[in-house]
Amino acid sequence: MSGNVADSAISPTSPTQTIPADLSGQMLELDEDDDLEVFSKDTTNTDGGSFNASMQTSPGSMINQYKFDEEEEEQEPGAKDIFITVDDPESHVTTIETFITYRVLTKTTRSEFDSSEYEVRRRYQDFLWLRGRLEEAHPTLIVHPLPEKFVMKGMVERFNDDFIETRRRALHRFLDRIADHPILSCNEDFRVFLSAQAWELTSHKKQGPGFLSRMGETVRAVVVSVRGVKNRPEEFNSMQEYVEAFSQKMTSLDRITQRICKEEKEYLEELKEYAPTYTLWSGSEEELAEPLKGMATSLDRCYQETEERGRQLSDCLAPALHEYVLCSETLKAVLRRRDNIQAELEAKNEALATKRADRDAEPRERGVVWQSLLGKNPEEARQQKQQRLAGEIDELKEEIDKMEDRVEWANNGLKGDWGRWQKSMRSDLKEAFLSTAQKNVDYYEKCLAVWESFLLSMRAEVSEVDQRAGDS
Amino acid sequence: MMADTGSEEVAVIGNTDLTPGEIENNMKNTMGEKGTVLFRKMEINVAEAEKRTVKNAVNMQETYTVYLIETRPADAAAEGTNPAPDSLWRRYSEFEILRNFLLVTYPHLVVPPLPEKRAEFVWHKLSADNMDPDFVERRRVGLENFLLRVSSHPILSTDNVFFTFLTEENGWKEMVFETGFQAKADSRLKALNATFRVKNPDKRFAEMKHYSDELQSVISQLLRVRARVADRLYGVYKVHGNYGRVFSEWSAIEKEMGDGLQSAGHHMDAYAASVDDILEEEEHYADQLKEYLFYTEALRAVCRKHELMQFELEMAAQDLSTKKQQQEELATGTVRTFSLKGMTSKLFGQETPEQREAKMKALEGQIQEDEESLKDKNTECDEFVRGAWLDIERFKDQKNHDLKEALISYAIMQISMCKKGIQVWTNAKECFNKM
Repeated sequence: MSGNVADSAISPTSPTQTIPADLSGQMLELDEDDDLEVFSKDTTNTDGGSFNASMQTSPGSMINQYKFDEEEEEQEPGAKDIFITVDDPESHVTTIETFITYRVLTKTTRSEFDSSEYEVRRRYQDFLWLRGRLEEAHPTLIVHPLPEKFVMKGMVERFNDDFIETRRRALHRFLDRIADHPILSCNEDFRVFLSAQAWELTSHKKQGPGFLSRMGETVRAVVVSVRGVKNRPEEFNSMQEYVEAFSQKMTSLDRITQRICKEEKEYLEELKEYAPTYTLWSGSEEELAEPLKGMATSLDRCYQETEERGRQLSDCLAPALHEYVLCSETLKAVLRRRDNIQAELEAKNEALATKRADRDAEPRERGVVWQSLLGKNPEEARQQKQQRLAGEIDELKEEIDKMEDRVEWANNGLKGDWGRWQKSMRSDLKEAFLSTAQKNVDYYEKCLAVWESFLLSMRAEVSEVDQRAGDS
Repeated sequence: MMADTGSEEVAVIGNTDLTPGEIENNMKNTMGEKGTVLFRKMEINVAEAEKRTVKNAVNMQETYTVYLIETRPADAAAEGTNPAPDSLWRRYSEFEILRNFLLVTYPHLVVPPLPEKRAEFVWHKLSADNMDPDFVERRRVGLENFLLRVSSHPILSTDNVFFTFLTEENGWKEMVFETGFQAKADSRLKALNATFRVKNPDKRFAEMKHYSDELQSVISQLLRVRARVADRLYGVYKVHGNYGRVFSEWSAIEKEMGDGLQSAGHHMDAYAASVDDILEEEEHYADQLKEYLFYTEALRAVCRKHELMQFELEMAAQDLSTKKQQQEELATGTVRTFSLKGMTSKLFGQETPEQREAKMKALEGQIQEDEESLKDKNTECDEFVRGAWLDIERFKDQKNHDLKEALISYAIMQISMCKKGIQVWTNAKECFNKM
């Protein structure tokens, strides 16, 4: 759904690029620049993947970020400053396991990178790690999904060429999306992923918040998610509905496309027999030999074209649709996390209200009796209690302030990313369907040419025979 | 002109009046599409098919299909008048009787085949049920084709039984059976299936038999492959229909992509639906191939009949030479051939000169008879060979012409299919562009 906030789509241009002199005319107002500088400094200074996103920036700067991007939309897109390729899969065999690494090549002009070119080798696990860190750091931003770990159907072999190629492309798309993202591309883990040598990466991975503190966060998350969010803003309700419907549609389309691939393969199997049968026949014939051979040749060419069409489907459309099935799951998770953050705030507000009520309430009979039993002066006890409550209330209010910032930040982050995501979804799927349609048009045009040329040769022959018959 | 004999007169069954030379002349005059006597004079149509239900001999309900044969003088159309055609109803079994009659009566000719009795080489969508309207329709076309083939054959078209088949609904069956062809049909069948070896097989016929076997095998294979390919192609097209449904549902939740998706969906539906027409057209191609598949049987039958004739000739010649040898032995008194009579006469004494005289006379008589008969057989065989070979040449030309046309029409079909595909996907592309 292209919501009302989606217009502040985050353009791919990073605010931190070193602006060459001749572009200085396009430079922004200095005050906005400062804000962005602050913002970007924050991200590069965070220790390896702090997952408490509320620490990073003030909502004020974030809102400015989006204002800036609104203006930026008029500028030409694609002023990219990071170029990444993923290629050259290589198999590594150790005593414990066998795995594939891919070469990740980065060319960049960004200042936080020490060099302008990097070449590293990464394996799937590394990509998983990176994505995990990005999600932790930005739980309500939409982080592009990775290709799946295993493929259940068909070829289960991990080292099948097609599988590796499909995975390589998906990994490339993943890194491209991160690089295009104005916030995620500035993430420190991302930088390390692109630039660190193998041993550096391993040691970097070991840093970061320990297991136990992450456990704590998870437990809190579970508790909150059980409670559920009570007052979800309408736009997020719409998003939720959209994501559920979208997810269903993508799953259907994915399944349909897989089915077509299967039918195409079976069609090819049978088609393979066609041409040889005509060739066989031509061996028994005299006058019909040439036409039958022509038939065989034509069928053979059509076979090859059909093969190619099938390849396009499985290399281009199928992976694209599958990717958006995975995206749907990502979106659902993001919405859940946003809900959880809001739920936390609501819980705290409820606690505050309870405490306030408690503070303002008349002292109860039983309470006084109990206090006197313990040998306390009721008036003193009441004052103590009020003091305690006041302290707690103040504490809560502070926490709530921070939480409100966090919620606002999370919501804005999601809203901004939502528009971005919608745009790239539209463009990705449009491109995939367009290329499929084009491939089909090309396929039928090529087959048409084959049959038209066969027809021409047949007609020529028939008229030749007629001429001969007429002459005799 | 020789070609004019026939339709208006009652043609003699078997028409042995035509000399080989005349037959040749006939061929030359009637080669090609213009056909012969009957074809030129008469327009033949199998216009309709109808279901009939009757109570049969054992008082059980029987349902069968009858076909309406319409005939009309060809020049009526040329003159511009359009008189109502004569018509009668025939069922498939009657066509079979006609064909069997022709097979028996003209063993040296390649008799056109009937459309298949039961649906074979089906792919999943096609029903194998004889009552299925699609099957009945294709059978109607096949029966019409059979009649056109017979009526354009220089010799078959002159046959009276054929003529009556087209013009007299009642009493035709009885008339045919009265010719006694049924008995000949049975013995023909037996002979064709018997195993025997010819000492000096005619090379041409042997090659032709071999060719008919090859052709039968390769066309069967082709039809099998085609049926499987059709099945699969159907699957590919039909699954695309699901895109239509899901695009439509998806368009409901999208703002900007909605229109593009919805209209693309319609084109996907159109694409999925287009396969029905495509495959129906392809059935015609398959039917053309099937006709020649069944023709191979007729071709083979002619070769076999010749083989049989050859065999009988060889047997007769051998018999004659044995008798001649016996004659010689009797005359010279030498016994070269072993015979029981010879042995017994040796054991029980020679026969009297009178006895020998009588024997020699009898043998001489037999030899003379046999020599006459052999001469006749030889002539018969020669005529068969000449007639058969002419017809085979005619058949070859027809086959080459027809199959070339069939390949051309296949190519035209493929071209039409490709054009449809281009249109649908170009339209879909435009819709995707609007996304």
